[in-house]
Amino acid sequence: MSLKKVSKEQPKSFEFNSNSLDAAKKIVSKYPEGKQQSAVMALLYIAQRQNDNWIPLVAMKYIGKFLEMPYIKVYEVATFYTMYNLTPVGKHFVQVCTTTPCMIRGAYKLVEACKKKISEKENELSKDKNCSWMEVECLGACVNAPMMQINDDYYEDLDKEKTLKILDEILSGKTPKPGSYRGRLNAEPENNRKTLMDIKNA
Amino acid sequence: MLKLKVNNIEVEVEEGLTVLQVCEKAGVEIPRFCYHEKLSIAGNCRMCLVEIEKSPKPVASCAMPAIEGMNIKTNTEFVEKARKGVMEFLLANHPLDCPVCDQGGECDLQDQSMFYGVDKSRYKENKREVPEKNMGPLIKTQMTRCIHCTRCIRFATEVAGVPELGAIGRGEDMQITTYLEQSMQSELSANVVDLCPVGALTSKPYVFEARPWELKKTETIDVMDAIGSNIRVDTYGWEVKRVLPRINEDINEEWISDKTRYACDGLLNQRLDTPYIKYNGKFEKASWSEVFNIIKSKFKNADKEKICGISGDLVNMETLYIFKEFFNKTLGSHNIESRSDHTYLNPDKRENYLFNSAINGIEEADFILLIGSNPRYEATILNARIRKSYMKNKTKIISLNDVGDLTYPYSSLNGDIENIKNIVEDKHEISNLIKEAKKPLIIFGQSALKSNSSKYIFESVKSFLHKNNKISNEWNSLNVISENASTVGGFDLGLYKTENGSNKVLKDLENHKFEIVYLLGQDSLKFKKQNEFIIYQGSHGDKGAEMADIILPGAAYTEQNGYFTNLEGILQKAYKASYPPEEAKEDWLIINELAEVMNHRKLFNDKDELDSSLINQINLYIEKNNSKEFSDIKNLNFEKELLKIDNEDYYFSNVITRASKTMFECKKAKTNLKSTGTDG
Repeated sequence: MSLKKVSKEQPKSFEFNSNSLDAAKKIVSKYPEGKQQSAVMALLYIAQRQNDNWIPLVAMKYIGKFLEMPYIKVYEVATFYTMYNLTPVGKHFVQVCTTTPCMIRGAYKLVEACKKKISEKENELSKDKNCSWMEVECLGACVNAPMMQINDDYYEDLDKEKTLKILDEILSGKTPKPGSYRGRLNAEPENNRKTLMDIKNA
Repeated sequence: MLKLKVNNIEVEVEEGLTVLQVCEKAGVEIPRFCYHEKLSIAGNCRMCLVEIEKSPKPVASCAMPAIEGMNIKTNTEFVEKARKGVMEFLLANHPLDCPVCDQGGECDLQDQSMFYGVDKSRYKENKREVPEKNMGPLIKTQMTRCIHCTRCIRFATEVAGVPELGAIGRGEDMQITTYLEQSMQSELSANVVDLCPVGALTSKPYVFEARPWELKKTETIDVMDAIGSNIRVDTYGWEVKRVLPRINEDINEEWISDKTRYACDGLLNQRLDTPYIKYNGKFEKASWSEVFNIIKSKFKNADKEKICGISGDLVNMETLYIFKEFFNKTLGSHNIESRSDHTYLNPDKRENYLFNSAINGIEEADFILLIGSNPRYEATILNARIRKSYMKNKTKIISLNDVGDLTYPYSSLNGDIENIKNIVEDKHEISNLIKEAKKPLIIFGQSALKSNSSKYIFESVKSFLHKNNKISNEWNSLNVISENASTVGGFDLGLYKTENGSNKVLKDLENHKFEIVYLLGQDSLKFKKQNEFIIYQGSHGDKGAEMADIILPGAAYTEQNGYFTNLEGILQKAYKASYPPEEAKEDWLIINELAEVMNHRKLFNDKDELDSSLINQINLYIEKNNSKEFSDIKNLNFEKELLKIDNEDYYFSNVITRASKTMFECKKAKTNLKSTGTDG
């Protein structure tokens, strides 16, 4: 992890669309008068969602004005947290977990698949500028390791083939079904086991 | 009161102090980087760790409130080890470039690592490298040296009121920067150079100029504005290398404006170093006796009513005094003036031209009304106080004009003088605000006193305040921001000739009634020369010297001892740090010698006689003034007019700044920023 570089190519303007504006106002209204600055993180996230998963500088300025706080304070927050992207990451943003449990269960196979399908390097846009991937730290789904996150959805219990298939679908514009790819619901035990009673050495 | 122990010695302190402050009171020194008295507490450098009994871990003393019965230890092995550890971490990424660092010799990190650090490092890894930042023409950055104390950020946000500095990234990648690396838009920006405990932010104009131990340090007074900031002038031989602030809680606290600090390179350029005489439109060098004889013959042949003297903005009071004596006694003329434009002056009572609430009083004020003033440029330090008052008490501030960003929020009226009429006739909501306020502060700026309705504005508001008991011995809400360092001194010494507050000498001068004009460091006159014979005495070749027929080279404020009265009426002495160049002489001496040539008698035998005579004069004047009663001026004329704020060129306001390259850079940086439109 190093200091996040701000993209050289920046859009000229940014404004919240009506959905984002509603969401932003709702969040700001949760804070007492004069303390709206507390909403900065949520607003940055809203801006990121609206703008294909990354935050341009104009958006930071816009939020600074929206919350009546200095730009530099918004900039500080945006550069501090790793989950704000300051360079374009594509409409489909793939995050592969490579922290220990996933790594042991073969996360690097997923990385190989990403390299093959999306781009050779991490944080690099695919040829059609629609997609990029990066390695991230634990996403909290260790029971379903290895896994990856694409935008808002978790794709779990993967291997290289399944990943390739998912990425193919994503790149062709479809939205594959999120969740476990070994046929279980959430993190339930496999083979329909409900208790540990019937396993001797459990 | 709290009772606690520091190193087993009992001390008693008031409540609300931190452990670090308690230790300081007990005379125990605690090393620190991020803690600064005038800024909020950050607690992030960890250098101030101390041991507190019953606490298993060392405690950051700057952020820990002192409580009853605490037993603080600062000299144990435990503390020593903690300090060594912190020091080692701080130095892990700090480059060992002290020999080429401008902070060397006055560096907190250097000093404290000598006292509290270890002599070697266990850190074998590569040090981090941080790119340099652009922070404008005054601040040089070397961010690899930064230890992230965040003092500069806190100063910019809290004191200067320009939240433009911030820390981006995190952990090892944290960097201090301005937003998108623009220069800081503050007139106090260079104070971060003093605040920086390491060599990360250093002074750009002073880069590689000198080492602190080579410099002669003179504690003196600043003359760039009427505040009279306390400064220390560092000289190397003749050259003034830099100007630093001195602490004076009543005036400038710890800060000085950029102009005060960086105009000093103007003392080296454009200097008048020898007397000149103009022959056929060209200046030629001359000797002192030549010019004195010419002046003598000119004065002898002239009608004394056709001689006038106008003093300038940076002249000390000794010179003003002897200048007046010279005119009154030697020449027998009373055409003497210290104002350079048609500023309204009611010299009846001293309070009519002073900042009566005092700079400290601003913090007590509960309502502030600005009339025709932009304090940010007219008196930067005073503006910082208003901001401090706002930050502390959320003081309500109203300005008659919208004057742009003042670093604090204020509401503004449209600038119409009719508002003043409504206020004094009790028809405006502000009238009630003033009446209800216990300690209101009405500040008149130069633009108000220079306007056509200046007399109406000033006198009607004054009598309104008096009527409502806002001018009393306890609290005098009448405040004037004087224009220059010598303004108040000139008025105190009676260097004015006025009819109903007007500037009579200037009026006559503009009507070309004078034959001989003696300009004493006066470079701001807007008048077209016709047949006048002009004598200019001053330090710099500027507007005044340009139109002169004879030039007498004088000394700048760092080159002679001299008194200055600041806008509150406090008399302060500026000391000689350097000496006048070449043939130039101290200003009082020139006039004294000229008097000797004229009359074969010196006005004063020596400087001491002049000084004591001056002090007597001032004391008598103040005594006489105090016994005067309030006088009201009736029958005031109201003129309908929009008050305009005269945006004086902040970086080019006097001869020294106009000769300064650094000030030119500052001005350029500011205009460039405006033209690119990156203001938001």
